[in-house]
Amino acid sequence: MQVDEATVRRIARLARIRITDEEAVSLQGELSGILAWVEQLGEVDTANVPPMTRVADMKLKQRTDVVTDGDKADDIVANAPMTEDHFFVVPKVVE
Amino acid sequence: MTDLTKLTLADARDGLVAKKFTSTELTQAFIKAIDAANPHLNAYVLPTPDHALAQAKASDVRLAKGDARPLEGLPIGNKDLFCTKGIRTTACSRILGNFTPTYESTVGQNLWDAGAVMLGKLNNDEFAMGSSNETSCFGPVVNPWRRLRDGKIDNTKLVPGGSSGGSSAAVSANLCLGATATDTGGSIRQPAALTGTVGIKPTYGRCSRWGIVAFASSLDQAGPIAKTVRDSAIMLRHMASPDPKDSTCVDLPVPDYEAELKRGVKGLRVGVPKEYRVDGMAAETDALWQKGIAWLKAAGATIHDISLPHTKYALPAYYIVAPAECSSNLARYDGVRYGLRLPGKDLIDTYEATRAAGFGKEVKRRVLIGTYVLSAGYYDAYYLQAQKVRTLIKRDFDTAWSDVDVVLTPTTPSPAFGFGEKSGDPLAMYLEDIFTVTVNMAGLPGISVPAGLSAEGTPMGLQLIGKPFDEGTLFRAGQVIEDAAGHFPVPTRWWA
Repeated sequence: MQVDEATVRRIARLARIRITDEEAVSLQGELSGILAWVEQLGEVDTANVPPMTRVADMKLKQRTDVVTDGDKADDIVANAPMTEDHFFVVPKVVE
Repeated sequence: MTDLTKLTLADARDGLVAKKFTSTELTQAFIKAIDAANPHLNAYVLPTPDHALAQAKASDVRLAKGDARPLEGLPIGNKDLFCTKGIRTTACSRILGNFTPTYESTVGQNLWDAGAVMLGKLNNDEFAMGSSNETSCFGPVVNPWRRLRDGKIDNTKLVPGGSSGGSSAAVSANLCLGATATDTGGSIRQPAALTGTVGIKPTYGRCSRWGIVAFASSLDQAGPIAKTVRDSAIMLRHMASPDPKDSTCVDLPVPDYEAELKRGVKGLRVGVPKEYRVDGMAAETDALWQKGIAWLKAAGATIHDISLPHTKYALPAYYIVAPAECSSNLARYDGVRYGLRLPGKDLIDTYEATRAAGFGKEVKRRVLIGTYVLSAGYYDAYYLQAQKVRTLIKRDFDTAWSDVDVVLTPTTPSPAFGFGEKSGDPLAMYLEDIFTVTVNMAGLPGISVPAGLSAEGTPMGLQLIGKPFDEGTLFRAGQVIEDAAGHFPVPTRWWA
């Protein structure tokens, strides 16, 4: 798989990572190399093979649907770079 | 007085109970050793001496009363991937900045509840992505081991492996009695092999992942790096537990692994997979493997050739699954709720600027690969195919378990390498995990035990792979290898 520069930029946009022009060029080669290498998986016949979803055969745990935690607004915003009262502050999204 | 930092965890435990020394004396010896070594080795990113001495003092009160818990007063290091309440936790990434958790990881809490003392936070590859500890935002860790050239010490700096390079270096340099670590593709076992220490990645689900910074959630698992097999058995017992806060953590009792050690390997069936004899494997690696086979045989085990036909697909499948899961997990670093934030003209601009400045090169590379393989139109071809291949890798082992109880392989293709030798080529670095990654893909437990020295005088390890939740057998077989191979203390403390 050869990844072109436009694809690298599109992926970086999806991942919300700004990249420089030099990074766009070097990532093209690196991503192409890694993707070409993983392509060998295509040769494995996986017809009728289910995807692995868990490593050990176990039932997903269940618990009673009651509140066991909470009332920690101070803790939750404690590490935020910008807050007001108990809200996270972000640049304006809607006019 | 003898150097207390040279003790094993088991001997230190017995010494404390016998009142030969106090936890405060022991802790002070380590604080002094860290002060002297850290400028050279960079194993700790945040030593916490005051915290350690306060814990040690409390332990001394309990020890004096004869009220010691299993790890009472034993100083250990904690990988910076484990959240520590009130103590900075960064995953060695700029994007977490001065993140100070308001909670403790379950594994950490289990250790402190057992009486252990925390000496500080240990360096690792950024978000545990790396095999050399060169991607940490705090700079690389230096391996305490150095190569020998014509009988003289070569001053080339070697990597301690990764991602748990701070843990492996600190344990081998006697900067703690043992350390926490995590393993997603080999990050406990490979650094253990490169530093002459013991490292075990337990079965997926044995240790809780709660409060550990996530990399690839279906692969991540915590475990210890320690000086001996016994020490690693003691530590794992007190790290593992059921945990309602991690739905993938199993509700199984944790056995007394230390009690297993004396059981030996008489009648144990050991599998030797032909697929691990890879092209270009160093002759000394193969020779070490043969020695391991001979040691287990001499101790009463039987040896069986086995086949794990999908082995060669484990690494490429890993490099789809791990980046895919990391791109999802790392989406949380948005500059809004914690960590670094760079101002932007709008919200998307803020995200993009923050993540560009906060993530290092390897992390960006993996997030982008993950985003690509999960993007519209590619999901089936990459992620789904990789998860199906994972089923086949697991089936290979399931088939093998009808003939053998444990599998023996080398831990790494070669011993410790120098700074920069592999960091320029992502694929060369990824090959470091060729023998360890299958174990994560299948969710199995694996232990690396030091087994010999390379021609360069640096340590090499052997890996034992076990059935799900059969860590006990790994400790038994690991003990046999350790008894035959001996211990591998760092020959010269060149930093002191």
